[in-house]
Amino acid sequence: MAVGLVIVSHSQRLAEGVAELAGEMTHGAVKIIPAGGADDGGLGESFTRVRQALDAAASPEGVLILVDLGGAALTASMAIEDLPEERRALVRLSGAPLVEGAVIAAVESSIGSDLERVATAASEAMSMDKGVAGQAGG
Amino acid sequence: MAVDGAQALAWLQRAADALRANRDYLTELDAAIGDADHGTNMDRGFTAVMAKLHPADSDAAPADPGAMFKTVGMTLVSTVGGAAGPLYGTAFMRAGAALAGKETVEADDIATALDAALEGIKARGRATRGEKTMIDALEPAIEAYKASLAGGADLTAALRAAADAAEEGMRATTPMLATKGRASYLGERSIGHQDPGATSTALLLRTMTSGEEGA
Repeated sequence: MAVGLVIVSHSQRLAEGVAELAGEMTHGAVKIIPAGGADDGGLGESFTRVRQALDAAASPEGVLILVDLGGAALTASMAIEDLPEERRALVRLSGAPLVEGAVIAAVESSIGSDLERVATAASEAMSMDKGVAGQAGG
Repeated sequence: MAVDGAQALAWLQRAADALRANRDYLTELDAAIGDADHGTNMDRGFTAVMAKLHPADSDAAPADPGAMFKTVGMTLVSTVGGAAGPLYGTAFMRAGAALAGKETVEADDIATALDAALEGIKARGRATRGEKTMIDALEPAIEAYKASLAGGADLTAALRAAADAAEEGMRATTPMLATKGRASYLGERSIGHQDPGATSTALLLRTMTSGEEGA
């Protein structure tokens, strides 16, 4: 089984969109679970949604969580703490840019890489060259 | 002088009332440098807290303060809907753990609980003082509380000193540059606005005093 991904965003539609975009690269081989918006679906963060997404994305290989803005990382870290202890070590929180990070992580996971490698690949998205003139490092 | 479950519950009710009364004000502050939801979120969270702690159809005696704060924390995490949920949630859960098993809480226990809350917020938010956050109200409040007790003040006076220091710390966030939270995305434009998180923290600390004073 492949490393699962959880996409945490303040926007439900953004989370769903990122999951859709990343899923296009992996054709269903990787569980990519969106956890966006507040409990009512409006902008915000939902501990419940993130916690449920962790269950939905669970895999023996582990789960990588990607977030849009800092506040989402706080909610994600609470959700990780809520997991039974033996599952916590199988979950990693990524500081990668959401879109690039999710796409790269999905691809990396789909080729059978372990959690460590998927997490590293996602963080390398930080310096991804978009082919735009003047981009830092590009 | 000690605080029991009934008094802790009364404080939480005053806190919920104050957050309700200041909901629009907090949201207005948040609109200037954040996502304009802090007042609504805190009101939603504390409304849920009071419904959980004190259901209208229940006449059960309140739990001890530690157990109560743990419930408060867990409820805030799942109902606030913004960054304040994990932060205040962690603060209350850590405070609750620090008070675990105590039927009544003494002035020194409150210092221990406040320290635990502050450490929890700092760890969760990876933040320190001076970054335009709730820490800028809470940390000076704890210092003032401890200094006041050390100087021989009683609990009431020490809580008042804490609330005064929190409000001073809250006002001191205005000229600060935000480097944590949503406001940090504004960079220099965050300067000149009072931090909503520091403001709600100061409100909560003011309601710990007997409650007749407004923030």
